Amino acid sequence: MSRTQFPVDADAAVADVADGSTVLVGGFGAAGQPVELIDALLRQGAKDLTVVSNNAGNGDLGLAALLGAGRVRKIVCSFPRQSDSWVFDELYRAGRIELELVPQGNLAERLRAAGAGIGAFYCPTAVGTPLAEGKETRVIDGREHLLEFPIHGDVALVKAHVADGVGNLVYRKTARNFGPVMAAAARTTIVQVSEVVATGGLDPENVVTPAIYVDRVVKIEGGAA
Amino acid sequence: MSVEHLDRGPLTKDELAARVARDIPDGAYVNLGIGRPTLVADHLSPESGVVLHTENGMLGMGRAAVGDEVDPDLVNAGKVPVVETPGASYFHHADSFAMMRGGHLDVCVLGAYQVAVNGDLANWHTGAPDAIPAVGGAMDLATGARAVYVVMPLRGRDGTPKLVPRCTYPLTGVGCVSRVYSEEAVVSLRGGEVVVEETWGTSVAELRDLLVGLTIV
Repeated sequence: MSRTQFPVDADAAVADVADGSTVLVGGFGAAGQPVELIDALLRQGAKDLTVVSNNAGNGDLGLAALLGAGRVRKIVCSFPRQSDSWVFDELYRAGRIELELVPQGNLAERLRAAGAGIGAFYCPTAVGTPLAEGKETRVIDGREHLLEFPIHGDVALVKAHVADGVGNLVYRKTARNFGPVMAAAARTTIVQVSEVVATGGLDPENVVTPAIYVDRVVKIEGGAA
Repeated sequence: MSVEHLDRGPLTKDELAARVARDIPDGAYVNLGIGRPTLVADHLSPESGVVLHTENGMLGMGRAAVGDEVDPDLVNAGKVPVVETPGASYFHHADSFAMMRGGHLDVCVLGAYQVAVNGDLANWHTGAPDAIPAVGGAMDLATGARAVYVVMPLRGRDGTPKLVPRCTYPLTGVGCVSRVYSEEAVVSLRGGEVVVEETWGTSVAELRDLLVGLTIV
């Protein structure tokens, strides 16, 4: 019997997300964005959230809708400004959302470090730029590095492709993106999939996220492939 | 020795992309930035063995998808649908950036607001008070790729040079750019000097007049 739970729907999956939570939201633009889980979180009503995601929402749906509803106090991301990020743009210009801008590789690695129990790491990315301000530095092998700290989530919302009966996951093409590192970096990882197969239905050689990182799996009927 | 092509005008966008492609070694692992650098892909032949990396988790990225090929789960760094090539692989974001940051990418081609003669790159933020900053993977690429090529016009919209003694925009990376490709000239940055490789519709002497404060050889 697996510890991973299979709630009946997205609303049940996110029912206990608390106000003030740090929520890791997978996806690169729309690819891999767990839109149905975000919609459920919007209905659930949690507020004062810190969201960690590569982008700051596209169009009016998904993450953009959560921002637009005023539920997000702070966003940690690498690329907020896009042609269709008008919801974020307006909040930011009005001073109604805090932005921590993180180079994309540091975002991924800080999440990975959180999942792997790494206390911090040194990396040369952003040395000599405004994003280095206030960071501890150290010269290693003659090159300046910045000290980067992990990003832990209270909750991760991830979109995968297929789960098996114990909660192992595979993803689809570039929709994988932040899913595996976010799944490991959060205390509670909630995953939406378009298909659940019987235990044994995934080749163990090909499992991308092992079930140990997965707390809840919800199948989204008719969800995009 | 610079080659001057004075019998013609500057390169077209496609000719420029082809010129960049010519400098990419066969078999190289390459990341092409969003915008004009993406055009370089159209000029890389399958026989070259060049493998394209996209930061959102793929090696072996193919051309833009058309018609039924469009798949929302398969996009490039600019969120444009693409196709996969035989031998492609997918991986998560930390692995994708480990490829950059670990020095496994041979070349990245980026756009820029400004490049300084010492190789400093500014391409993510104008510093304007109302601008919303967005950095994406640019700093990781600038710092991690073994060679950083920049494709940009030599002048901005206001006519001022973009290849400068010292960047005035916030930096993306320090001392990272080795070559700049523009419609009028391809130059290498070496030892604090601008080494002109080839020009089109412009002489080296004219470049000296434009690029004030730089040592042009």
